[in-house]
Amino acid sequence: MSKPIIATTSLAGCFGCHMAILDIDARILQLIDLVEFNKSPIDDIKTFTKECDIGIIEGGCCNSENIHVLKEFRKHCKILISLGECAIMGGLPALRNGIDVKECIEEAYLKGPTVGRNTERILPNDEELPMILDKVYPCHEIVKIDYYLPGCPPKADLIWAAVVALVTGDELNIPYELVKFD
Amino acid sequence: MKEKIISIVEAHGSDASRLMDILLNVQSTFGHVSAEAVSLLATMLRISEVDVVQTLSFYHFFSTTAVGKYAVYMNNSVVSCMMGMKDVVDEFEKQTGVKFGNTTADGKIGLYYTACIGMNDQEPAALINGIVFNELNRQKVRDIVAGMKVGIPVQDMIAHYGDGNNANPLMKSMVHNNIRKTGAVVLSDYTLGIGIAKALTSDAKSVIKEMKESNLRGRGGAGFPTGMKWDFCSRESGVHYIICNADEGEPGTFKDRVLLTERAYMLFEGMTIGGFAIGAAEGILYLRHEYTYMKAYLENVLKDMRIKNFLGNNILGRGYNFDIRIQMGAGAYVCGEESALIESAEGKRGEPRNRPPFPVQKGYKGKPTVVNNVETFCSATRIIEKGAAWYNTLGTSESAGTKLLSISGDCKFPGVYEIEWGMSINAMLEMVGAENVQAVQVAGPSGICLPPNQFHRKIALEDLPTGGSMIVIGQQRDILKDVVLNFMEFFADESCGSCVTCRSFNMILRNAIEKVVAGHAIKKDVENMQAWSEILRKTTRCGLGQTSSNPISTTIKNFPELYDARVKDVDYQSDFDMEKSVKASCEVVGRSSEVHELAKVNIN
Ligand SMILES: Cc1cc2nc3c(=O)[nH]c(=O)nc-3n(C[C@H](O)[C@H](O)[C@H](O)COP(=O)(O)O)c2cc1C
Ligand code: SF4
Ligand code: SF4
Ligand code: FES
Repeated sequence: MSKPIIATTSLAGCFGCHMAILDIDARILQLIDLVEFNKSPIDDIKTFTKECDIGIIEGGCCNSENIHVLKEFRKHCKILISLGECAIMGGLPALRNGIDVKECIEEAYLKGPTVGRNTERILPNDEELPMILDKVYPCHEIVKIDYYLPGCPPKADLIWAAVVALVTGDELNIPYELVKFD
Repeated sequence: MKEKIISIVEAHGSDASRLMDILLNVQSTFGHVSAEAVSLLATMLRISEVDVVQTLSFYHFFSTTAVGKYAVYMNNSVVSCMMGMKDVVDEFEKQTGVKFGNTTADGKIGLYYTACIGMNDQEPAALINGIVFNELNRQKVRDIVAGMKVGIPVQDMIAHYGDGNNANPLMKSMVHNNIRKTGAVVLSDYTLGIGIAKALTSDAKSVIKEMKESNLRGRGGAGFPTGMKWDFCSRESGVHYIICNADEGEPGTFKDRVLLTERAYMLFEGMTIGGFAIGAAEGILYLRHEYTYMKAYLENVLKDMRIKNFLGNNILGRGYNFDIRIQMGAGAYVCGEESALIESAEGKRGEPRNRPPFPVQKGYKGKPTVVNNVETFCSATRIIEKGAAWYNTLGTSESAGTKLLSISGDCKFPGVYEIEWGMSINAMLEMVGAENVQAVQVAGPSGICLPPNQFHRKIALEDLPTGGSMIVIGQQRDILKDVVLNFMEFFADESCGSCVTCRSFNMILRNAIEKVVAGHAIKKDVENMQAWSEILRKTTRCGLGQTSSNPISTTIKNFPELYDARVKDVDYQSDFDMEKSVKASCEVVGRSSEVHELAKVNIN
């Protein structure tokens, strides 16, 4: 039997969740035995070359590109996991929700204290650039998400336990400490 | 401004526990409570500015910016909407040129929404500078706004006074009592003083014994045995307080308003009897802000009772000293919860306390306190007058006595009815002239939405308990949109915010029912609503959170077909609309939102 295939991506996240994946430390060697990676920043495969079993999503959707990537993941992965606060609820980026988009863009490119040299008052509008959405969306509002792993970032042991349970079919056994945050 | 504020603070003995009254006074004097006022109050009361702000920011009728010379608070609760609020709102907006939530540019007129003001039998109704305007329609709004424009005082805009004491020179209100049925206990003829005289000639223990034997249970909704409550409290040592809960905030309830209007003496007599029984020297009537128009009248009743020696020192020569003060609320439903009410009466935010200790152990100012509903005290007066045995001949075996119902909505005769416990919903509907009834909302938003196949059930604490709110919902109504969504908006607004689940789930549930109403929901959403309702019920500190999911959970249970008709049976559905969601950013940078992306987007 061929190994299950995993894809991962970071949408509107800080890459902290991917760092947490790497935090499984030496177990990464076991992981490589268990699964194969396809599209992912971990192996730098940039487009899907195979249909995958598990897609792991970090970050919510703040721009049009995030939406496309997430939909691609849904198309190519049997199971999708929202990994971390940003993917599940929008997280830190969603702090802008409720603030007018115009105000956000102006603060970022015209008025903010760190703007400094934008003397021509240029707002980014290259046609290669994706557009900012009216708010940051959690992933499950865009596509169906099968599982949620909470945390900011989720603990490496939680990610490990969940992925292993999924690929082995064993019962998921999460000690309370792994999802207790206070 | 400074002198005025100093005199307000001094009039309240520079006592920080009277912050509510002080803020109410500042608000009504200046039309708002400014930052300067806050800092002056903090200095004078020797508390921090944050202490002032936390109370100030909690209540609906306080504001930090000017509300307008004429401040209109339009009731937007369910029955007001049923009775045509939309037209009234539209006319107000047309005549003033501003939308609700705003003040006119000249600062003259402000338009705001507010939750149920206790006038469900005479909707649409609004409060304008604290005065009730009922049965509004487009013509009346045109006249009112025309009057405002030429500066007529609101009081002078009232053409006809209501019946009974509503027309009293100290009340001068257009409110109607709409008393449709009188019963043997609270609305039958009443003579001041028989109960007090009887109580004072016996002793506290005998009064409590009589109350226990009467089997009277609290009329505020929870139905706790009144005699037992008095007994517990009387056993505690030290100073005691007795408080009457006249917050009457449950949408659809207005019977306490009628008792306050027509049975104020009976109420104060009941408080005095209760005070004597538990050993209190001071009583407080906590009156909801919406009933400010009654304050002068009620103060005068208290004065009259002092003159007649039913209050004050050495009452009726029996050596008992007792007096009552009126504490005004400032607009917060949760302040009807007894421990929140106590916090509020102490000048703080109306946040419910953890229990135990219960108010009978540690209540107002940390002292043992009895809190009872208006109707409970009125009933107590009659029980002491006529005896527990007589009282037990009324009602059912588990619910003795009578109950005042506030009935409104789709019926011919909305108003107040004093019935014996045990009446069926069918009989009630016949009594109020209701036909083609789709549902009855029993006990307000926190109660249940009852379907016709349960109309045989009885209004009694052992079957359908109620604090008195009954809203009749006709066939023509869209229950999920007109009723459930409105109720959830109410709870989301009124949660005090202490408990995480109450603060967030009421909002989430409100959004969920909105999604159902809009036709975007799927089966899973409804399952989630049920699960979340359960979590909310189990994880909250006070009755608000414990019951606020009832509009949703009882309609899912009793009217599943309403959900089925609107909900899609699919596994997943997204309501995301790319074009709509990039519209704003495209506008800012000057790109067309329809073709905002390159044809071949590089999605990697
Ligand atoms: C959110 C909430 C609102 C309440 N509002 C009222 C009210 O407006 N009037 C009232 O008498 N009781 C109200 N209650 C019930 C009171 O907490 C308390 O049980 C009652 O005043 C006790 O008096 P009783 O035993 O005479 O009914 C409310 C309870 C909750 C949880
Ligand atoms: S959940 Fe936390 S760690 Fe993960 S992407 Fe968001 S901010 Fe970063
Ligand atoms: S349940 Fe709601 S209203 Fe009650 S204390 Fe908690 S947050 Fe406040
Ligand atoms: S994005 Fe992680 S520290 Fe700034």
